[in-house]
Amino acid sequence: MSSPASTPSRRRGSKRGRGSNPSTRKSQDARSPPSQKRRTDDSTSTGELQPMPTSPPADLQSPAGPDALFSSPPQFQHSAIPLDFDISSPLTYGTPSSRVEGTPRSGVRGTPVRQRPDLGSVRKARQVDLHSDGPAEDITTEQSLGQKLVIWGTDVNVASCKEKFQRFLQRFIDPVGKEDEDIGLDLNEPRYMQRLEEINMIGEPFLNVNCDHLRSFDENLYRQLICYPQEVIPTFDMAANEIFFDRYPDSILEHQIQVRPYNALKTRNMRSLNPEDIDQLITISGMVIRSSQLIPEMQEAFFKCQVCAFTTRVEIDRGRIAEPSVCKNCNTVHSMALIHNRSMFSDKQMVKLQESPEDMPAGQTPHTVALFAHNDLVDKVQPGDRVNVTGIYRAVPIRVNPRVSSVKSVYKTHIDVIHYRKTDSKRLHGVDEETEQKIFTEERVGMLKELSKKIDIYDRLSSALAPSIYEHEDIKKGILLQLFGGSRKDFTHTGRGNFRAEINILLCGDPGTSKSQLLQYVYNLVPRGQYTSGRGSSAVGLTAYVTKDPETRQLVLQTGALVLSDNGICCIDEFDKMNESTRSVLHEVMEQQTLSIAKAGIICQLNARTSILAAANPIESQWNPKKTTIENIQLPHTLLSRFDLIFLMLDPRDEAYDRRLARHLISLYYQTEEKMEEEYMDMAVLRDYIAYARSYVNPRLSEEAGQTLIEAVTKEMFEEALRALADDDFLTVTGKTVRLL
Amino acid sequence: MPCVADWLNNPFSIVQGIFAQNVPNSDWEKKVTEYFKEKLKENNATNWVPSLNDVPVHYLKPNSLVKFRCMVQDMFDPEFYMGVYETVDPNTNARVLHFGKYRDVAECGPQQEIDLNSSQTVTSERQTFYCVPVPGESAWVKEAYISASQARVSPSTSYTPSRHKRSYEEDEDMDLHPSKQKEQHTGSGGDIHGCVEPKRLETEASAGHHLISPNCSPPLDLNFPLPGEKGPACLVKVYESWDSFKVNDVLEVYGILSVDPVLSIVNNEERDSSTLNPVESMDTAEEQRVHSPPASLVPRIHVILAQKLQHINPLLPACLNEEESKTFVSNFMSELSPVRAELLGFLTHALLGDSLAAEYLILHLISTVYARRDVLPLGKFTVNLSGCPRNNIFTEHIYRIIQQLVPASYRLQMTIENMNHSRFIPHKDYAANRLVSGVLQLASNTSLVVDETQLEQGQLDTKGVHNVTALGNLITWQKVDYDFSYHQMEFPCNINVLITSEGRSLLPSDCQVHLQPQIIPPNMEEYMSSLLTAVLPSVLNKFRIYLSLLRLLDYSISEEVTKAVEEDFVEMRKNDPESVTADDLHRTLLVARFLSLSVGQTTLSRERWLRAKQLEALRKARLQQQKCVNGNEL
Repeated sequence: MSSPASTPSRRRGSKRGRGSNPSTRKSQDARSPPSQKRRTDDSTSTGELQPMPTSPPADLQSPAGPDALFSSPPQFQHSAIPLDFDISSPLTYGTPSSRVEGTPRSGVRGTPVRQRPDLGSVRKARQVDLHSDGPAEDITTEQSLGQKLVIWGTDVNVASCKEKFQRFLQRFIDPVGKEDEDIGLDLNEPRYMQRLEEINMIGEPFLNVNCDHLRSFDENLYRQLICYPQEVIPTFDMAANEIFFDRYPDSILEHQIQVRPYNALKTRNMRSLNPEDIDQLITISGMVIRSSQLIPEMQEAFFKCQVCAFTTRVEIDRGRIAEPSVCKNCNTVHSMALIHNRSMFSDKQMVKLQESPEDMPAGQTPHTVALFAHNDLVDKVQPGDRVNVTGIYRAVPIRVNPRVSSVKSVYKTHIDVIHYRKTDSKRLHGVDEETEQKIFTEERVGMLKELSKKIDIYDRLSSALAPSIYEHEDIKKGILLQLFGGSRKDFTHTGRGNFRAEINILLCGDPGTSKSQLLQYVYNLVPRGQYTSGRGSSAVGLTAYVTKDPETRQLVLQTGALVLSDNGICCIDEFDKMNESTRSVLHEVMEQQTLSIAKAGIICQLNARTSILAAANPIESQWNPKKTTIENIQLPHTLLSRFDLIFLMLDPRDEAYDRRLARHLISLYYQTEEKMEEEYMDMAVLRDYIAYARSYVNPRLSEEAGQTLIEAVTKEMFEEALRALADDDFLTVTGKTVRLL
Repeated sequence: MPCVADWLNNPFSIVQGIFAQNVPNSDWEKKVTEYFKEKLKENNATNWVPSLNDVPVHYLKPNSLVKFRCMVQDMFDPEFYMGVYETVDPNTNARVLHFGKYRDVAECGPQQEIDLNSSQTVTSERQTFYCVPVPGESAWVKEAYISASQARVSPSTSYTPSRHKRSYEEDEDMDLHPSKQKEQHTGSGGDIHGCVEPKRLETEASAGHHLISPNCSPPLDLNFPLPGEKGPACLVKVYESWDSFKVNDVLEVYGILSVDPVLSIVNNEERDSSTLNPVESMDTAEEQRVHSPPASLVPRIHVILAQKLQHINPLLPACLNEEESKTFVSNFMSELSPVRAELLGFLTHALLGDSLAAEYLILHLISTVYARRDVLPLGKFTVNLSGCPRNNIFTEHIYRIIQQLVPASYRLQMTIENMNHSRFIPHKDYAANRLVSGVLQLASNTSLVVDETQLEQGQLDTKGVHNVTALGNLITWQKVDYDFSYHQMEFPCNINVLITSEGRSLLPSDCQVHLQPQIIPPNMEEYMSSLLTAVLPSVLNKFRIYLSLLRLLDYSISEEVTKAVEEDFVEMRKNDPESVTADDLHRTLLVARFLSLSVGQTTLSRERWLRAKQLEALRKARLQQQKCVNGNEL
């Protein structure tokens, strides 16, 4: 049995002999169509449901005379086969031809195969199935179908699948090539060949494959990958390895290359997972909320006979070890002992993923899903990380009691992780690359562009902002600019560091002029907004603090509002009531856009690229028109100068204004629900528009505009200089909106 | 009625029948729901269904049809189950199809095995909600529901629908000694009736005090939002359109009760295996405990029909849009003004003869958030009743009166200790994977009476500050930010907050009314308690209908009146630009709205507007006066 290639006929013969024996099972197998679901079920239940494999004594007796000649007890067949073939590949079964080609495991090239527990939990079960099914299939396929050999239960043809994937690796050139990972890659060369080269140089044997690329290359292959990841990915592995070792025969890797597909477009949202996704390749996004300790999972148990020191290895089958009861060598019963430190273990970790807040419908609690990470992926993510996970969705029935036949009618579900992708690092205004694609479908972009062509877009936008707040168009415009943000200029080469792109705004004015409401609105509008009140916040609450985790004795940096609103807007209400020391923290944030921390042995600089929208009451709570602006606000100059725009929100006290105000307010009280819905839609549009503008449009100051600016700046005095500064940003951003054309 | 008994006591037989008839296609599920919908539509059929709210779980027959009036406290992850499965008899090889819907455990005969590989197996999805009885539900609501119920639960037992609710400790005790359970019941049957009444009253009265003395760690925290609450919590399994339900929604569900003891066994088994093989179990022990508690403590209901309730007032028809309920509404509207007058008189007495405060209290009680503009909730009307006597008795009795009038209420005593130690904001416990409830997790239209007279000087710690902030947010924006530790999530709510305080409250409020007692009763206690006993129950019921009904009415302002109001405002601003602001207009409009509604008018009329202005003027004058008094004292 150990050399399958040489003994196909014998093997087949033996199979036939066995296959005919338990007639019930065969008929059963034949009846049920080979479906996906069935195989999962197999994984946990074959043992109980099919009498043959679990009852070794029966097995021992059952093989008819001719069988006994060459096959040792069938039980050992099971355990022996995986040792000799490439276990990570299902192709071993029922496809003698592919086996002859040589799975890389054969050790010729000296690179050990590493098991893929992320794919493998079902492996064994299928093997059993195929042994029983095998004969029939072998015969038919070899005799009549010839090349049309497919993996049992799927429509995947191994050879062609492999060939296609190799072609993909060798030929695929990324037409867009905008990903950040592409640094150092030549866009005109096949992308994944360069990746392989990288693997050769770095020695990290993982090949990440973007499913999107695969899809644009070969739709059918992509579909197969999504539907039958368990079969297709090992095929990919094989293909990748063959190419790799053809090109770099001398390369030494820790183990063979494993292909890790990611960005499967199948599913985006945890909520939309449904039973149809079981056993398919999915990608979902979410936030890690808990990760377990590392769990060593036994992959191969090592047994040694106490009598004759004969050793044998047993594969773990669904968490159970089939302990050999008889020593193969000396035939002593119950002499085999498990040797722990010679057994093989793999790392495993359970991770809980929670829906990201953006994906959730209002008024519901987030869903969670369990992930199993294996080997290298263990400890790749920490609680709090936002990740995109690609993996295989699994469902396993729960058995009430092993001795009782009734089963809890509920399945446990989890995802075997194949690929993690953190989304934290690159979030542009809360819209990361992935969601961006989601939000901005073609029509949406079209709509937004359409919108931007309107001449009065600026006014439109500003009036769409907080429609319940009456007038104050200027302020709304200001805030709008803040939302768009300036362009981030990098002056690092001149030694100045980053030029601040964010605009800080101070609203100052009479009580009851809906400043707080405006702040609340902005906070609700931007994805990464933080809202604090000056009175309640301490310096620590705004910045960051260090705590010691009671369990791990680890120092943990807890971030405050300013850091959390990195790339967003931090709204601070009651700015005037903030105490002096707290306010001083803002100095660094508002100009340098960073935050330095030196606490409890942790010294670091955090990014706080946040715009600040603050609201303050004048010093005498009522605006005193007799005093100057500065006197009225009574904030330190140093801080005041860091605000680009200062708006006064005053009660204008004129009749026409009052009239309009009254009308506006009353309309609030009797407008119908539908109209409100409409306005709400506008909020969504506005949000998209801003996100779109921020991520795609990079304005430049035109020569002409620059000239007018310079004139403006030189003319004005200090008080007006502030405003001029405001104008500066004003133009930058107006330029931006204009550029949308 | 054998038919009724059948679908009530053994709904599975019905489902099985429908299932067997329609098996190959999947529309049997639809037919089942239709069947039960029809059945429940029959006259008063809903009253025949025993309610988990008033019948203890152990009196109910497992697998019978029950109803449950509850609030969604938490939503668990959706689960996949075997919608249809096949069993096989190893001996005869006979195959039988079963349905897994409405079941926790896939059943099969003693000689059968479930064929997990069958091609017939259908995997489906369902969602589990963790539901608790409506927090703060008033006693009269419960009583009214019970008296309406005609359910007779298994007449063989000596059950009478008493309101005895055993605590879970007792329950657990009994589970341990199932043999003892019987005798204990027969033995205590007599005194159940005897002791229930005072016991219940006591718990209500001391509901507030429970806050101070937190429950001495019960074996299983049933996660009620309010401390000192009793009643069954339930895992409600929803099979369709679960997306339409939200946290804090009040539901009435009809479904099949499942208290299979096997469920508890599952627990133990898994816990055992988890110690042996950590790989097998994905969940921690706490999570297990929370998500599959013993069925005797937290029963499961497999929902056949579920509907959101507009209100939980038993005196009103459940759905106001139906034809028959319209006649009810119009009948009631015709006698509206005497009811209002009576209620005003009653409240005036309660507020020590202050009719203005009573007027505002009515407005407050019928207020509800009817819409939201961006972040701004419209229709909230938080009243700060200042100038309350400092002793506990007055505020407590005010609360008791409100409790008698509204279907759900809670009295929050604002003491330093309370603020620092109680849990206001619900937060997510990731270890157990559940939303740990807090005081502010309340259903819509719950009356929250914040008693600030209890507040002494002292230091608030971090938690206290958070709690006060949360309370402030609740009042201003009508939303609560639930704490998900990595982020916060906003849950809009609709809670009527009444603040009683001595001076101006430290919490924000929409309008402050200073109490001016006309009479000072020598014995406050006596005076206040005599008030409630003096009111006839029928009158009290009218008050209750009045308050619940008016809240649900529509309202509009005509173009004409808009103009008038506009003119008015401009005029006011001209005369007194300092004191009249947009906020005033907001408030006056609100007052006008509720004033119109309180007399049953659904549009604003000129008179009402003037009356609203007048009320506001009176109120302001009082505040001014109060300020002067204080100023003089200083």
